[in-house]
Amino acid sequence: MNTTTNDWKDRKKYLWLLSPLLPLLGLLAVGAYAAGAPALLLWTGPILIFAVVPLLDLLVGVDPVNAPESAVPGLIAQRYYKYITYAYIPTQFALTIAGAVLVAGGGLATWELVGLILTVGTINGIGINTAHELGHKTGRLDRTLAKLTLAPVAYGHFFVEHNRGHHKNVATPMDPASSRMGESFWRFLPRTVIGSVRSAWTLETARLKRQGKATWSPHNEVLQSWALTVLLFGSLVLILGPVVLPFLLLQAAYGASLLEVINYIEHYGLLREKQENGRYERCQPHHSWNSNHVVTNLVLYQLQRHSDHHANPTRPFQALRHFDSAPQLPSGYASMLIAAYIPPLWYRLMDPRVVAHYEGDLDKANLHPAKREALLRRWCDSAVPELQQAA
Amino acid sequence: MKKWQCMVCDFFYDEALGFPEEGIAPGTRWEDIPEDWSCPDCGMSKADFCMQPA
Repeated sequence: MNTTTNDWKDRKKYLWLLSPLLPLLGLLAVGAYAAGAPALLLWTGPILIFAVVPLLDLLVGVDPVNAPESAVPGLIAQRYYKYITYAYIPTQFALTIAGAVLVAGGGLATWELVGLILTVGTINGIGINTAHELGHKTGRLDRTLAKLTLAPVAYGHFFVEHNRGHHKNVATPMDPASSRMGESFWRFLPRTVIGSVRSAWTLETARLKRQGKATWSPHNEVLQSWALTVLLFGSLVLILGPVVLPFLLLQAAYGASLLEVINYIEHYGLLREKQENGRYERCQPHHSWNSNHVVTNLVLYQLQRHSDHHANPTRPFQALRHFDSAPQLPSGYASMLIAAYIPPLWYRLMDPRVVAHYEGDLDKANLHPAKREALLRRWCDSAVPELQQAA
Repeated sequence: MKKWQCMVCDFFYDEALGFPEEGIAPGTRWEDIPEDWSCPDCGMSKADFCMQPA
């Protein structure tokens, strides 16, 4: 059936509110605890991402539907979708402040404090996804809000590194944020964290040099973003006391680790081919792992339609497409991140998929150098695994 | 001669230099580059490049 701009409706229009609902749930949980509700509520964040969302993904399943091309200009023009991303930010800040106030009040048992750190960290970590959507836009307001969203998670350099570093080097050995086959998440984590800071700093130094400006100047976007964190954390420490600083740092570290586990999933083992002229081929749909699991896609603004994102980085989330040709994950990011924490499970799920994707020719894959020989030996004689596409 | 910048990754296309690696000769004007050409670094479409003041 031909659908046109006029009769096509985004059935998920109001379901996108699930994303800004998350920080609100966190805030309500912390508020309810303060008003006397059970302390288990402080674990809302981990319960949501490790239990509720994976379970809902399993129950609700996948949705490969793309908006018809004729409806896309109208879909992109609606400011409603932009406000969805903005709506995340005030509650995210309110939750961070509420968490700090709770910590400063004292009296939290250790397990309650851990829950609070993880809940606030979860919301600020998922906030990086909001910053990601905004940071790809060209408008000044969106870009400023992206930096602001990264302040509570102390990951402001992401704003620079992601666009100018990751999008350029994705699925090559040069990219700190592309994981290699045989590389565990725990080995990837320090490499990506350190590599991303280094890359952001180098990129910004080069940009400022081109403009004849000093690296240490107010024009430095990495410094601008980090300054917002210093301002936020500094104000909270001044008002509430130094007791809140470990809380703020720990929740930020946990939040950033959530971004990095998603990074780990997105390009595992995939490699762009080096051409005769020494350049890597352009990023194609087959250089990202995708998933159509509806609930994670609603929560993460269709980040899992990752191939289209790399092909069209400024395309707004509501218009991102599923490609049949793109590699598919066995489940949504929310379930896959649990597997990523357990390397043997991850390898069992994903290595056969990488082998199948390259039809057994692992020389074409992005291999962890220390595991290269072992991987080639392990897979050289085995039959190419049947690739099971997610339904 | 103008310069065009990729809005995602900051790749520059300089009309004076062209892009000989892909057979685009020095002096090739932006409008003469095929519409399906994309940023050689990040794959961004030609439409999303922005002209830079000289």
